Amino acid sequence: MVSMIVRRLAQMAFVMFGISVVVFLIFFATPGADPASRIAGRNASPETLEAVRRDFGLDRPVPVQYVIMMKRLFITQDLTSFVNRGQKVVPSVMGAVPVTLSLVIGAAVLWVIGGIVVGVLAAAWRGSVLDRGLMIVGLIGVSMPVFWLGEMMNLVSQSRFHDSFLFSWVPGLGYTPLTQNPFGWFKALVIPWMTLSVLYIGLYGRVLRASLIEASQEDYIRTARSKGLSETQLLLRHALRTSLITFVTLFGLDFGALVGGGALLTEVVFGLQGVGKLTYDALQNLDLPMIMATVIYASFFVVTANFLVDLLYAFLDPRVRQDA
Amino acid sequence: MSLTSEDLPSDFPAAVALKKRPAAGPWVTAWRKLRRDRAAMAALGVLVLVLLLCLLATAYARHVAHTDPFVSNISGSFTLDGVTRPVLEPSTTGLGLGFTPIGPTWDIYGYFLGADNQGRDVAARILYGGRNSLLIAGVSALICLVLATMIGVVAGFMGGIIDAVLSRLLDVLWAFPIYLLAISLSIVLISKGFDIGPISITSGSLWLPIFIIGIVYVPYVARPIRGEVLSLKSSEFVLAAIGLGVPSLRILWKDILPNVMTRVIVFVPIMIALNMLTESALSFLSIGVQAPDASWGTIIQDGQTMLYTRPIVALAPGLAIVITVLALNVLGDGVRDALDPKSKRRIGSA
Repeated sequence: MVSMIVRRLAQMAFVMFGISVVVFLIFFATPGADPASRIAGRNASPETLEAVRRDFGLDRPVPVQYVIMMKRLFITQDLTSFVNRGQKVVPSVMGAVPVTLSLVIGAAVLWVIGGIVVGVLAAAWRGSVLDRGLMIVGLIGVSMPVFWLGEMMNLVSQSRFHDSFLFSWVPGLGYTPLTQNPFGWFKALVIPWMTLSVLYIGLYGRVLRASLIEASQEDYIRTARSKGLSETQLLLRHALRTSLITFVTLFGLDFGALVGGGALLTEVVFGLQGVGKLTYDALQNLDLPMIMATVIYASFFVVTANFLVDLLYAFLDPRVRQDA
Repeated sequence: MSLTSEDLPSDFPAAVALKKRPAAGPWVTAWRKLRRDRAAMAALGVLVLVLLLCLLATAYARHVAHTDPFVSNISGSFTLDGVTRPVLEPSTTGLGLGFTPIGPTWDIYGYFLGADNQGRDVAARILYGGRNSLLIAGVSALICLVLATMIGVVAGFMGGIIDAVLSRLLDVLWAFPIYLLAISLSIVLISKGFDIGPISITSGSLWLPIFIIGIVYVPYVARPIRGEVLSLKSSEFVLAAIGLGVPSLRILWKDILPNVMTRVIVFVPIMIALNMLTESALSFLSIGVQAPDASWGTIIQDGQTMLYTRPIVALAPGLAIVITVLALNVLGDGVRDALDPKSKRRIGSA
């Protein structure tokens, strides 16, 4: 187990290094434009351009530029935005994290419960109308652009049916901090949670159904059945437990990916000032230092999440520990 | 994986039939299976219909709706049932400032789905936008699959240092959040275009989103293909070929590639669906298709500002995406069942 952790840690460090190099190359070494003018934003004065060149060491060799960039991102954390003059980039990213986490954690709770319910129901009544119906609805969920679904949710809950009893409780778009008003926080996030989780409920329901059906053909299920256990017990206590291993892996990857930028579209549509919205605003202003910071920090979060999933996986499934 | 008579029970009539005449190739068998899949055939029908409608965009705009969906028509007017109305009507709500484009006329001869805030015919724009959405999704899927197959096959077959380097590279890209990678590439490329040696792409070109979407999903396809090649390499028929002294390029060409191809084909509809969703998202973020070009994603973005007054502008292209992607996913299920019944798959994780 220890050797596996060490090995995975080394791998994680390598991937983080790789990502930082890729990001650096994209922003500083893509042919086409002078990086200084990209970083300084639109209509920058010659003085600003000169300052950028000096600050980022753009007249020095590329590896030196890389080191300067990483130092400013992680050690001194003094990277500043040129569009919003003097705004420190790293603290802005950190300040937006609670919003993104609130959105993704709530949605995750919904999609885990929803995914298990859909998967188990469909597998239990395999081949029935219920099964087919759930799978079709799940596939529709997988096929919807999340930002469009969010807009339609807004249309229904903020405009068309806002005055009906169903949606009159929905507050205007935006975020209320949990510490300030827990109930307001909850009300502001219910619709975004539902929007974000639809895709994953469909996806997880389908994956879990397939995995439960596969498990039902395994020897241990036959053994359990011949012991006289009821079908419900077989499904919930035996098949579901092994199927959840796949579920956990998927969950870790998707959770990481959502916090690391996947929730961007949902944040934009619902006006939630999370990391994704920060990236989006920076994108509209061509604020490159901000984008670099969100991209690097978010990718590192994803890599860390993947690492934790691997550990959890090894913990859940002894065979993985053996192989390592 | 090809289906042969051995895979069928010996008393199965088809098994007897297959033994008598020359066995149908794996593609023919798969196509026959797919043709029996009613859901997949219906999905294929829907896709053909969508494609045809989009191909008729020019004809529709010119000869039916008599409009140019790329020119704004702010002060224009149109006549319906003998009544002439301006395309943009002064707002009656709020302060009475600004304009509200006309809503759907449900009349295919003009403004069937109403106008957008520049007075352009939304229905015609959706047909034109669909062409771009389909084109981008299709071509980027092609790029992705070709690249991924090359990388996966080379890494799996060569092994050693080449595999190590390619696999680490895939690891890095795999860990990179898709949208952030796409955003990083877009923001750098869209503003100034791309100019390297003989390849020169202007900033508004459709090739930019095609190229960006084409590469971000490469690891998702290359990894399973590499795994497949690895397991094929240790399979008995390849070992036998090696033992017989068949040159490795020939093994690659004759034994590995045909067996990998089924796996690649299974990816085609899924990747087109995924790319279509990605394209719409990037266009919605204004880093995909650039004006004056349109795609379903950009039309949803156009509709965002008037979501509560003229929801149809955002609703209709979104429905078009859902229908097309749903059909692609259903077809994908069918193709997978026909070619590779044992495989499990994962889509839509972005």
